[in-house]
Amino acid sequence: MERAGIPTALLCNLVPIAQRVGAPRIVPTRGIPFPTGDPSLSPPEERAWRRRLVERALEAVCTAVDGPTVFEVDDRLGTRA
Amino acid sequence: MTRVVHYLNQFFVGIGGEDAAASGPASIEGPVGPGKRLQALLGDDFEIVATVHCGDDHAAGVPGADEEILALARGHQPDLVVAGPAFTSGRYGIACARVVAAATRAGVPAIAAMHDDNPGLEDAGAAVVVRSGPVAREMGPSLDTFAAAVRRVVVGEPVTGEHGRIGRVPRRNVLVDANAAERAVDLVLARLAGGGDSEVPLPRFDRVPPAPPVPSTADVTVALVTESALVPDGNPDGLESARATRWLRYALEDVDELAAGQYRSVHGGFSTVFANEDPHRLVPLDVARELEREQVIGRLHREYLVTAGNGTSVSNARRFGVEWAAELRRSEVRAAVFTAT
Repeated sequence: MERAGIPTALLCNLVPIAQRVGAPRIVPTRGIPFPTGDPSLSPPEERAWRRRLVERALEAVCTAVDGPTVFEVDDRLGTRA
Repeated sequence: MTRVVHYLNQFFVGIGGEDAAASGPASIEGPVGPGKRLQALLGDDFEIVATVHCGDDHAAGVPGADEEILALARGHQPDLVVAGPAFTSGRYGIACARVVAAATRAGVPAIAAMHDDNPGLEDAGAAVVVRSGPVAREMGPSLDTFAAAVRRVVVGEPVTGEHGRIGRVPRRNVLVDANAAERAVDLVLARLAGGGDSEVPLPRFDRVPPAPPVPSTADVTVALVTESALVPDGNPDGLESARATRWLRYALEDVDELAAGQYRSVHGGFSTVFANEDPHRLVPLDVARELEREQVIGRLHREYLVTAGNGTSVSNARRFGVEWAAELRRSEVRAAVFTAT
């Protein structure tokens, strides 16, 4: 998709693998079975965390990169129980 | 005289680049572009009677495009259909591979050329594909290999690795002097010495040139895509839980949230308990809609695209990527949010 000109933010937990296969825009998440969630949080906190992830993904597709780049998310918003 | 029909994409036939990628199949008399050099290499025993061409988005993205292209080619009574070289161009490679596969199924001998890394390679099925260079700069040597293989196909001689064959090569039984244990030890010793080729080709990953960013997501359509195998309850289209060979799309129009019980993940590679409690843990539609209402996202694409990323072959995964890209480009999607498990 990136090769065809569609900037694509990859939200995933296995960041080293995403880097190894050359995904240009990577947003790290908290667990393999829930890329846009965190079941340890209360529902409102989890939704806020999901919103931060998607906002970061949108920032990533608006950012020029020249190779696999990790877009960390500010972890202060909602922490693990 | 062997009658040849040559398949090219919109770029090599000279119609245009991405601006013409949606153009449909059409046909021109005689050789065009690289076909002229191919004709010269093949000589007087061959005649490229027509060049059939199609835009890459149409050829790789519209179901049945391969049959449309083949029908145009067959209108010229070809003894042979040739396609490419497609180098590493994904959509073009898929088109070339599908065209030669369709021709082979129809009993018309066919051969394509592309680079080993081309995601289309797998789609050629039993048709012959020979190696080209990675980029069009290597057109010259690529056409030399192509023309030599074309001659062999026409006379029914086998095209093997030695002749540049790539992709699915039918296995033939041969007797070798050394048994598997001896060959394994020989390979280990060769590897220790810094050489040695596996008898079974391994998948390869390639480098992806990043797309330029969008200036702002507020003015564009953004798609949600996922390999998490989230599908409507009951898995109506039978998505595989592992080793997926296809992908699906589900409408998001008038859908504001993915309710538990209405959507489930059929992914076989992780526990889906958390996801099934709240499908937004896999596809963040709830917050994406919120961001759309706040005009942070201009518009959310009308459907989400989904497959199961679990033991998926590299070639299938590449093909899904190319098909998703063609699909999204046709729908004027400018950016994607891809959730992966």
